[in-house]
Amino acid sequence: MRINGARALLECLKQEGVDTIFGYPGGAVIPIYDEIYKFKDIRHILVRHEQGAGHMAEGYALATGKVGVCLATSGPGATNLVTPLTDAMMDSVPLVAITGQVKTAAIGTDAFQEADITGITMPITKHNWLVKDVTKLPAILAEAFYIARSGRPGPVLVDIPVDISRTMFDYEPVVSVQIASYRPTFEGNARQIKRAAELIAEAERPVLYVGGGAVNAEAHEEVLKLAEQCDLPVTTTLKGLGAFPETHPLSLGMLGMHGTAYANYAVHDTDLLIAVGARFDDRVTGKADEWVPKAKIIHIDVDPAEIGKVLQPDVPIVGDVKHVLHELLKIVETRKLTAWNDKIAAWKSEYPLCYANDNQIRGQAVIETIGEVTNHNAIVVTDVGQHQMWAAQFYKYTRPHQMITSGGLGTMGFGLPAGIGAQFGKPDQDVFIITGDGSIQMCIQELMVATIYKLPIKICILNNQYLGMVRQWQELFWDSRYSNVDLEASPDFLKLAEAYGAHGIRVDRPEDVESALAEAMAVTDRPTVIDFRIAKEENVYPMIPSGGIVENMVVQRPSDLVTLDPYMESELAEDDITVLAAKS
Amino acid sequence: MDNKPGVLSRVAGLFSRRGYNIESLAVSITDNPQVSRMTIVVNGDESEVEQITKQLHKLIDVSKVQDYIGVPMVARELALIKVNAEIKDRTPLMQLVEVFRGRVIDMSEKTFVIELTGGADKIDAFEQLLQPYGIRELVRTGRIAMARGPRSI
Repeated sequence: MRINGARALLECLKQEGVDTIFGYPGGAVIPIYDEIYKFKDIRHILVRHEQGAGHMAEGYALATGKVGVCLATSGPGATNLVTPLTDAMMDSVPLVAITGQVKTAAIGTDAFQEADITGITMPITKHNWLVKDVTKLPAILAEAFYIARSGRPGPVLVDIPVDISRTMFDYEPVVSVQIASYRPTFEGNARQIKRAAELIAEAERPVLYVGGGAVNAEAHEEVLKLAEQCDLPVTTTLKGLGAFPETHPLSLGMLGMHGTAYANYAVHDTDLLIAVGARFDDRVTGKADEWVPKAKIIHIDVDPAEIGKVLQPDVPIVGDVKHVLHELLKIVETRKLTAWNDKIAAWKSEYPLCYANDNQIRGQAVIETIGEVTNHNAIVVTDVGQHQMWAAQFYKYTRPHQMITSGGLGTMGFGLPAGIGAQFGKPDQDVFIITGDGSIQMCIQELMVATIYKLPIKICILNNQYLGMVRQWQELFWDSRYSNVDLEASPDFLKLAEAYGAHGIRVDRPEDVESALAEAMAVTDRPTVIDFRIAKEENVYPMIPSGGIVENMVVQRPSDLVTLDPYMESELAEDDITVLAAKS
Repeated sequence: MDNKPGVLSRVAGLFSRRGYNIESLAVSITDNPQVSRMTIVVNGDESEVEQITKQLHKLIDVSKVQDYIGVPMVARELALIKVNAEIKDRTPLMQLVEVFRGRVIDMSEKTFVIELTGGADKIDAFEQLLQPYGIRELVRTGRIAMARGPRSI
């Protein structure tokens, strides 16, 4: 078939099973857009900013487990993808970014809209390519998809000069990909798996610590089987939420800086930590040297470089998490750990997640109500900040790909476009975007996309008129010097919703939260924006300060340590603040 | 690694991004023109070197990473030194060059260019001995290394 590079690109995408791409045109990609115009097998979603395209592709990938694809022009179009690519790199999201480039002869001359995007994105992609020969384009794209989705998934970028897009050549589909220098390990070492089974058989207080790698590998069933067979309590990271049902009695919820107290006590006390697709992030470990002080460590991960990066495991197992767990399940003994699970149950009842119940709207309560209204079954997409932590703590995730969030990079502005991408990927599921008054303003322009495509996404702004998480740190660690966190001067989100053609609701009183959500659920032909005016100075607890250890954990706002805002003090009844001294 | 444009910057970028210090780096093609080989000298403890090795291996273009810690090997670098060589100094300079098994490869009325290969210590020592004459210019390649015996990458 004699076609040009642009058409070959679309043929390759189709061959890879791509049905939706997110993009924005520009000079260097006009040939590609001309082919998109004629090519009916791929739906192109016109975004309003390339960053939106990148995050939509991420949301699409995270909701479906497929590779997300975004397209941008050269120069500024390409550089606007830098944040989503970094985000995808940090969170191992399979992403293929296609960028236009100035014509081959002009590369290096500071041509109009030229940027060295392969140079720029080298550290933030798993790999990237500049296509200099159109006949190599099909092979490069096949490699790009293979690399993005295999091993530890991640973003890749293919930069296509405009003349390459226009060059005619004899296109032949690529049937198989072989990269001699890239062969991800799939099978775990049998001897180490046996060692792991032995340690599990001996352990008295084991904990299963499950990360995003288990979601990527679709290993949720194996995690559940292992937990049930060996009676293992399970805690997940932020990115691991949904890899184990939080409604299960063995679930400890999330661990780490804002994890549940009982998850953190359990990992502090454990004698065997079984890490499954988790990378010992600093937001999980705090002071890594003193984390899990009594534990032996089994570390199962597809990426050999994660083994020993932070803590040296006793049993390292490199391989596909699902496959390794499958092998492990064949040889582990069935166990009953009554004493250990009783101890954890006591922690659970002594230190539950809690918040003040008063006449202000609490962000935590909004999340709980969303959980009730959606039967904890919606896809929850978050931005970054306090609302994100509350969404992690108070929504009960029961399946993988249900919780979509920017974990590693912590990208404010991720939520709305990622939620749109998730809804495109999962049109039959409810998508709730939990965001803040800060985050929503970072990619608000993408609301137009949701309106145009009649996406019934629910955008819940937990509006405390502050950059809440930074304000919390300033309150706790910087003597309440609230430097540049005041967002009182924000747009009227109702009018903004209206301007974009969305439905808008404002909620000022706790008793109206549920009805507002019911109203939103009834809107099915456009997005709904709900502006929840929540308590201004609420904090996220529990909290282990950055670089701290479990002894530093503050389970709930201790009134004698932290000066309460007088406005809050007057509002709160004494009983409503559960003061729990940090365990010493 | 694949002999492709950009490979050097991928490797160099990895080192700077992850905060590893490169002491020296030498790169060239091998007997197979599709493949190039890089010899990198780094400072770090065992776990750091292990981490560097693993991170390098993750680069798609890198086919093999060999850590030479504890491996019997030969390592060499090459130095070119332009040194003042007045007539009166030429004999002692020639003697020095001979002792170090270097070679004078260029000569002008006032200068020699001396070529010397060897380990880093040898070149350091030679440099020190040349200092009194006045070194005008000095350039050293990074170290290149190979395991002793039949063992190969």
